[in-house]
Amino acid sequence: MASAEHIKQGFMLSKTHKAGLLNFLSAQGILVFFLICMLAFSLFSEQFLSQSNIMTVVRQASIIGIIAVGVTVVIIGGNLDLSVGSMLSFATVLVVDLHDKIGPVGAILVMFALTLMLGAVNGFLVGFMRLNSLIVTLAMLSAIQGLVLIYSGGQNVDIANQSETWFSVFGQGYLLGIAVPVIIFALLAVIVQVVMSFTGYGRRIFAIGGNPVAAVYSGIRKNWCVFSTYLTSAFCVACAALVLGSRVMGSQNNVGQGYELLVLAGIILGGTSLLGGAGSIWKTVIGVLILGFIQNGLLLLGYPYYTQWLVTWVIIILAVWLDLANKRKRLLTRHS
Amino acid sequence: MIDMKRFMSGGAAIQPIWIFVIAITVFFSVMSDYFLSVGNLTNILVQTSTIGLIALGMTYVMINGNIDLSVGATLGLAASLSVGLQDHGLVVAVLAAITAGVVLGALNGLLVWKTGVNAFIVTLGAMIGVRGLIFVYTEEQSFYASNFAFSDFGASAIGPIPVLAIIFLACTLVMHLVLKKTGHGRNTFAVGGNPEAALDAGIRIGRNMMINFMIVGFFAALAGVLLATQMGASTPNLGRDYELWTITAVVLGGTKLTGGFGSITGTLGGVLAIGILRNGMNMMQVPAFYVLVILGVILISVLIIDQKINVKSSKGVQA
Amino acid sequence: MSTAVRTQTPRTPGRGETPILSLVDITKKFPGVIALNKVSFDVRAGEVHALLGENGAGKSTLMKVLAGKHKPNGGQILLEGEEKVFDTPKRAKKSGIVLIHQEQSLVPEMSVAENIFLGSLPKKWGNWVDWKTLHRESTEILDRLKCSFSSKDMVSDLSIAKKQMVEIARALVFTPKIVVFDEPTASLTDHEKPVLYDIINTLREQGVGIVYISHRMDEIFHLSQRISVLRDGEYNGTVNTADTNEDEVTKLMIGRSLELDHASKPKDFGENMLELRGLSVDGVFEDVSFNVRKGEIVGMYGLVGAGRSEVAETIFGLRKPCSGEILLDGHVAQLRSSHDAVAEGIALVPEDRKDQGLILGMNCRDNMTLAGLQSVSWRGFMKTAAEKRVYDKYQQAMKIKTPSWRQKVGNLSGGNQQKIVIGKWLHTHPKLLILDEPTRGIDVGSKAEIHALIKELANTGYAVLVISSEMPEVLGVSNRIIAMYDGRVTAEFDGDAVSEDVLVQAITGQPVTGQSGTGSTAGHPAA
Repeated sequence: MASAEHIKQGFMLSKTHKAGLLNFLSAQGILVFFLICMLAFSLFSEQFLSQSNIMTVVRQASIIGIIAVGVTVVIIGGNLDLSVGSMLSFATVLVVDLHDKIGPVGAILVMFALTLMLGAVNGFLVGFMRLNSLIVTLAMLSAIQGLVLIYSGGQNVDIANQSETWFSVFGQGYLLGIAVPVIIFALLAVIVQVVMSFTGYGRRIFAIGGNPVAAVYSGIRKNWCVFSTYLTSAFCVACAALVLGSRVMGSQNNVGQGYELLVLAGIILGGTSLLGGAGSIWKTVIGVLILGFIQNGLLLLGYPYYTQWLVTWVIIILAVWLDLANKRKRLLTRHS
Repeated sequence: MIDMKRFMSGGAAIQPIWIFVIAITVFFSVMSDYFLSVGNLTNILVQTSTIGLIALGMTYVMINGNIDLSVGATLGLAASLSVGLQDHGLVVAVLAAITAGVVLGALNGLLVWKTGVNAFIVTLGAMIGVRGLIFVYTEEQSFYASNFAFSDFGASAIGPIPVLAIIFLACTLVMHLVLKKTGHGRNTFAVGGNPEAALDAGIRIGRNMMINFMIVGFFAALAGVLLATQMGASTPNLGRDYELWTITAVVLGGTKLTGGFGSITGTLGGVLAIGILRNGMNMMQVPAFYVLVILGVILISVLIIDQKINVKSSKGVQA
Repeated sequence: MSTAVRTQTPRTPGRGETPILSLVDITKKFPGVIALNKVSFDVRAGEVHALLGENGAGKSTLMKVLAGKHKPNGGQILLEGEEKVFDTPKRAKKSGIVLIHQEQSLVPEMSVAENIFLGSLPKKWGNWVDWKTLHRESTEILDRLKCSFSSKDMVSDLSIAKKQMVEIARALVFTPKIVVFDEPTASLTDHEKPVLYDIINTLREQGVGIVYISHRMDEIFHLSQRISVLRDGEYNGTVNTADTNEDEVTKLMIGRSLELDHASKPKDFGENMLELRGLSVDGVFEDVSFNVRKGEIVGMYGLVGAGRSEVAETIFGLRKPCSGEILLDGHVAQLRSSHDAVAEGIALVPEDRKDQGLILGMNCRDNMTLAGLQSVSWRGFMKTAAEKRVYDKYQQAMKIKTPSWRQKVGNLSGGNQQKIVIGKWLHTHPKLLILDEPTRGIDVGSKAEIHALIKELANTGYAVLVISSEMPEVLGVSNRIIAMYDGRVTAEFDGDAVSEDVLVQAITGQPVTGQSGTGSTAGHPAA
């Protein structure tokens, strides 16, 4: 019997819904683990909980965070977006390269326009053509990577006169003592969270992710809604590219490689289900910050950066087991 | 219509991917005299053998309705182990590498089986973590093979055919037969095609899935070892993005993400299509990155055509 | 509950024949519903025992209990005199009980032979499939069934009827003692049916006990030796087929003294709200024409698969009509999507509450306002207070029982879930309300409430189309009744004056006697 349940939970076969409380508990399990880590880090490193260190962590996490905000919307709507990494490379290379050619304003406008267009292609294929989002965005990952390389001719790009442009403000600037990337991250997170929680649009996205058929039977224009989630995701990628390009003032043509996975890892750690119809931006923010703090803590303790990957793996397995424990509990209560 | 549907989905005598393979073969042999030479063709086989081997296992996992994102990392780990442990003897090194792959596969399979969490999440975690393992083990260093027998093996050939190509083709044949002719292979289809029916019929679904994850782990490790013999070295970043290439090849070959459908012959076609495109375009001096765009476009086109045919024949609600 | 003639009780089987299988006092409860209430049923070796009842009468539930898919809350199962507990389908199967499902339980991308022997493929040299034995044994079974296809054919290539044959073939691998056919002819064409009858008769002659569930009277009288009737989850009598006729069985089925409250039905009708002119969707339904006036309740009656839901889906913009027109309030409506339909003032309470009607993981309030978000939002932002008011209004009006609006609808009982769906649509203030099987799987109390609600709505001016396969429901609420069979409208009746027999004739493909259809395509369907 148990394995029948498993099958139903299986990859893209069916959708199940977790009760809110249990969801909360499993997210809390992660939080507990996170707090233990934080405690351990702060015991062994005085620096760890210093204000400047915390700000550094948040600033470093902001690029992944900004993208994750958009991808969370796609996931709540019941789809996936694997193309964000390539899209980030695309947007960053574009904005950096165009900066010297047509000036920062033009570069930013063109970058946003073209990135949104890529998002529209994703959205069209998944929303209107109703193709499998995993394969579509996988194909787009490869295609966009190719586009970047074709555009840049395989060369890395740089901004020539780095000291004389206001473009650096997005990645390096501070406003009222807070790093601009953090402000962008926070603003986007708050705006998107508000939209998802308090608007009819957000309600519709949750409905589509929860039960696409019932959503259509309620007169919701599923095609357009799904389309728009990919635009949101592309917009967030463009914002992240702004920060990344401006921080580095140059770009390798594969700068975004692997970002899609870090973003997904952050979202999963936050406790948003990949099945759609549930989740929230603040969970994602927490997940991304967990990733950031663990990375930072391990570095401060003198461990090399890649140990964070191992820890991430362990946490994901832990989350998976916790989820299972919850499911068991639920089964028990249901039968008693 | 039914025939068309069968054709597109690869059930007919000739699979659409093979028509594509033939078409690009003809195209490139017209464009380049050297393309059809034995040297170049075996070259293509050797080049594709890495992704090809992983794709064999991935086909099983995907027919099961699962997916494995950790194959690239597993490949990297196996490559590093097989080179790094050579001081303990070649056999030990290779065995350790292969064992690592199978164990990682078993771990993935166990988690998917016991927790019922979808394979995407489980293997995504493994993908990140195993890469971490490689870096911890290698401390970010590249290893160079100290045993020359190891690197000689990668370059050896029987007659005109390189050993790596022979291994790839032999594995393909075996995996094709296992999928088509054995109880395990047939159950793999049943589990992916109709899990409830499989369960009702007494098929052990979890065990079947776990074995398939071990198979893909094995092949990823084997591919890693063979790749290391080719290069005579291993780097910690070896195998990055291979999961994407592999999944692309398998999907091009007609295997469906939803499970219950697919074939090794199709996967072979998909792998060859990618290999030929890369090789041929390289020969025509087209920069390698055009291949990426072309592949993406082909993948989406396949999806669209497949869906158009299915929608027409089923007349569903416009939900 | 007025019980009809009990010619025979299953606990004391007459004629000296001991049953091979007895179900005694089986009770099955689902949250909020008693699906089976002390139902007893038995089957003798070598007989076809037909099980009859309206939709929701509990036939399928009873058979699922027998096949180990549902655990009964009470009662016992006796197989050849021994008490058995079937807690898994496998157990039941091992004991020789085979259920042939309506739903397909085949693996599409495998050969016929592999499906027949799924999970027990003959092997040689370890794990290699012994294809020769497999195909030989499969072919033997297929030959017994006189199947025209080969054991090597791919299941996904077969027609639905042939797939059904494969399911039957699968049942013959193990020598079964009891075979349950659940509506086996629903997907068969006329010339495929005799083959099935032959198979059933062959099985019967071999001493297998057969349970045959069907709506089609001709089949039941052709095949069965005994007929048992379930009604509202209760056992309602068994008759010998030879001693009875269709009328008597129909009465057993409908049986209850229908409290037809014609007086409470709406009386004042306005203009045409909905008019269909020759609406067709290829392969689904054909040339459907009828109208619904403002303030009128039109019932659409027919068996499952007659094309009723599909007509509703087309009106709701979910299917593209191939020909014909939909007129709303006198103008031709172009409905490209469900969104257009909602904008035109159409509401559809769909057939499948859980898959089509509700987002089970969402709370009650959010589900309630989902179709009319504009009216409870200001520039896109939800007005929480207004939402709550809307929810409270319908929750009180319909007496929805839930601890709080925060409750996930997945946790509510069927009746309350259905009220939420209805509330969702009332909130959009539609002009035309379509209800597809509004009381399926709902307890009797909620049923009555929903019926009263429907009449009340029509009285306040709504045009209402009620689709149902339950006769009391159709008769109880409709001003007019449209009968459908095989994708066509076969007749149209006055809801107050039609007799039950005539209705049954109209939806089972029999020529309608006595009362003729009033001005409708009474043309007989061409299969």
